[in-house]
Amino acid sequence: MLAPVTHILPLTTFRRERLLPVPGRINVRLEQKVNPLDVLAVTSIASEHLLLDVAGMLGLRSDAARDLIHVYVGETIPKGRVITKGVGRFHHDIQAPCSGRVIIVEAGKILMEVSEDTIELQAGIPGIVTRVVSNRGVEIKFKGALIQGIWGNGRMDFGLMIPMHFLPGESLIPRQLVGSLRGSVLMAGTCSDPAALQAANDLLVRGIILGSMSPVLIPLACRVNYPIIVLDGFGKRPMNNTAFKLLTANARRETTLNAEPFDRHTGVRPEIYVPLTVPLEPPPPIDVESFAPDQTIRLTRAPHAGEVGTLVSLRPGLVTMPSGLRVAAAEVRLDSGEQILLPLANLEVLR
Amino acid sequence: MPESLIDAESLLAVDVGTVTTCATLFDVVEGHYRFISSGHAPSTAAAPHKDLREGVSQAIENLQIVTGRTFLDEARRLIVPTNAGMGVDIFAATFSAGPPIRTVLVGLKEDFSLASTRRLARTIYARVVDTIGLDDKRKSEQHIDSLIRLRPDLVLVTGGTDNGAKQAVRQLIETIGLACHLLPAENRPALLFAGNMNLADEIKTSLQPLTLSLSISPNIRPALETENLPPAQLALAKLYTQVRRSQMSGMDELNAWAGDTLMPTAYAEGRMIRLLSRICDQGRGILGVDLGAAATTVAAAFGEELTLGVYPQSGFGESLADLLRDASLNEILKWIPLDVPPETVLEYLYQKSIYPASLPATPEDLIIEQALARQSLSVAFNNLSRDFPQHALRAAPGLAPYFDRILACGSAITHAPTLGQSLLILLDAIQPVGITTIILDQNNLLPALGAAASRKAILSVQILESDVFLRLATLVAPYTSVQTGLPILTGRLVYQNGSETRIVVNQGALEILPLRIGQSGRLYLQPSRQTDIGLGPGITHNDGLPVLGTELGVVFDARGRPLRLPEETTRRRENLEKWLHTLGG
Repeated sequence: MLAPVTHILPLTTFRRERLLPVPGRINVRLEQKVNPLDVLAVTSIASEHLLLDVAGMLGLRSDAARDLIHVYVGETIPKGRVITKGVGRFHHDIQAPCSGRVIIVEAGKILMEVSEDTIELQAGIPGIVTRVVSNRGVEIKFKGALIQGIWGNGRMDFGLMIPMHFLPGESLIPRQLVGSLRGSVLMAGTCSDPAALQAANDLLVRGIILGSMSPVLIPLACRVNYPIIVLDGFGKRPMNNTAFKLLTANARRETTLNAEPFDRHTGVRPEIYVPLTVPLEPPPPIDVESFAPDQTIRLTRAPHAGEVGTLVSLRPGLVTMPSGLRVAAAEVRLDSGEQILLPLANLEVLR
Repeated sequence: MPESLIDAESLLAVDVGTVTTCATLFDVVEGHYRFISSGHAPSTAAAPHKDLREGVSQAIENLQIVTGRTFLDEARRLIVPTNAGMGVDIFAATFSAGPPIRTVLVGLKEDFSLASTRRLARTIYARVVDTIGLDDKRKSEQHIDSLIRLRPDLVLVTGGTDNGAKQAVRQLIETIGLACHLLPAENRPALLFAGNMNLADEIKTSLQPLTLSLSISPNIRPALETENLPPAQLALAKLYTQVRRSQMSGMDELNAWAGDTLMPTAYAEGRMIRLLSRICDQGRGILGVDLGAAATTVAAAFGEELTLGVYPQSGFGESLADLLRDASLNEILKWIPLDVPPETVLEYLYQKSIYPASLPATPEDLIIEQALARQSLSVAFNNLSRDFPQHALRAAPGLAPYFDRILACGSAITHAPTLGQSLLILLDAIQPVGITTIILDQNNLLPALGAAASRKAILSVQILESDVFLRLATLVAPYTSVQTGLPILTGRLVYQNGSETRIVVNQGALEILPLRIGQSGRLYLQPSRQTDIGLGPGITHNDGLPVLGTELGVVFDARGRPLRLPEETTRRRENLEKWLHTLGG
């Protein structure tokens, strides 16, 4: 059976394309080293238009108004520029009410682009530019540790990562947030105190990594100015041991949090990157797996939600769970040594 | 492909859901079509595969293992038609996988064309991101800006009765055309026009080159007081399929296997519910509910008039957390007979949204999951019930109409650990009134049959006539003004062998008269003067009703309509436990 996969990898290499939605200008070159916040490419998209119904203003049929229009497609016109010259009984000029670029002149109407939004494409990951896609973006190669989360607040930043506790189950509380942590990425087991997230915001931290978070904090977590990534789930549960050990081992290293919201359809998910310098190219992450014995797995639901263990065996047929449901199941040995039977649907492979 | 019964015997139907892909085999046994078996696999439409073929192939391969037959060749291509004992004669497919498509509604008046457009959009897996109409205070250029910003996958345009308003519709079309012109070609939406037919040619000329795909269907509002949704529903189902084909890998191949009849799961389900409604009494309907991961689908048909609602926001998967937009945490908690803190339910909602395929392994998780199932289904049913036709008979305004049968799909209901749990979820969520047969579609056959109907109509009819669905209960749900605790109904069930059982039903009670599968009998009911069992207060069938055995027998749900749970926590929990115990735990 196909298994969902989450990556918690101490050393890997991957390449990602970063592309603009529409053609634009590329700011970087091949082999250039980029940081997550570097702007790789820039473009602009019209965000505001103005439709002038010249024929309507003059009380004319659209074909009659066409000859009176004195602007052309592609022309940039200033505010006050005469658009139609008064002639005969239509003796009033019509002037542009604001500056803009004419994009359509048709049927006695003029459509102008009067405002545009600049789109900056950020790298999102630290790495090297390995390919430039003409006018659209680049491919970036990353080498280092990769840890995928399950929830992100949509923000991105990087800084030195500081573990807040020695144990994966401890909570982040406001009094732990002292001035020396300013500009750091913090790592903690869990958080259920809104004051802690607020204090971190006031302290200008660069990000928080949590094993779990109370869902009550979601609205606040979406408002703070720094990225938050939740690794294991909602509620109050310790961070999984595999991630905790890996993050602790990388303490005080520069760490990037790309807290993009999890989208199952596109595969975009919140990710933590710790770039590492290694001479060789470590193997890329493997996204497709089938359940098999000896895999490291994480439990996604109660009992033991968030815990990590080893898949011992797959049970044939269907097995009745304590809930009474009959499901495809697997025997799992937890890190604690306990061996339990769980629905396959509640497991994901960590690798 | 062969179409006659003689040439074509086997039919394989595949349904690609958000979580699971299901392959179902039908074949001729002793001259009649029968359901043979099904195979399942995780769906692969989403990342990391982003190609639904892997899930489809695995589901068919699992079916091969169960049946010992071969349907795929070595390159995993479907063998169709049957060749040397391998393959199938006909293939049909449905799909609900993928996020809801972003849809903009465009019409004239809020109470007329836009109201109809909303009902039309509700028949597919859509998320309405903007609505543009004459009552809208925004200027044309703001509509353009909105369309460019939102980049919808689909635009539904209606407005104007046939031979009616043209100019206002033209203006809206011009706005849509300008926005499409400004969008990059790869981001242009598909467009369905179902308004004033006198504008059809004009629209075709102006919008065809500016849209991903343009479809024109008969006006959904041909006259001010007339709504005609079915032709537009069919056009929309086709257009929706086309949009998905442009977004999702593997859809084209699936559609080719299906002879260009690939259709949305909800549309196929609706088609079957409408077919079933042909056999109902005038005024009594058929209800189909499907609690799926992509959406909760409710389909009700009264005299072949189908009302279909697809509610992604009430889906039992990744959008589960959205349920809190339509229901409070307390409304969910009221269904839980344990001392579960609100935070636990909230955590459950969000965790299930992240892992939509996960299952409740502990008794406490199961109770929370079933409470959420009740609330999701209740929200979807109540949303749709506002649009049931006026000729659908009801005991009182605000109550569910009388349904002859209720057919339920979705594993949270059909694969609950006990049948009593399945029934109680349905009774609590829908709160049916009158006499109804409750049926479970445990093999997820309804979409397969709906899809099959387009390829082999006789198959669907013969399968419906077979015992392929699980007859769960014959329900008698009286509506009364009598006080709790007082008798409202007496019942007498005369079995085929002449023996009989009697029952006095008090208001507030939930009772069972056993009548097992394979048994039959005649049910004589005598409601009190203030009690309605679907015929009017105090009225009954003097000659009794013929009843067939079901898994749970004849169930009398006299708990009240609308069902009001006790405010006091202990009593409420006692009631929930007592009701479940009555239905066998």
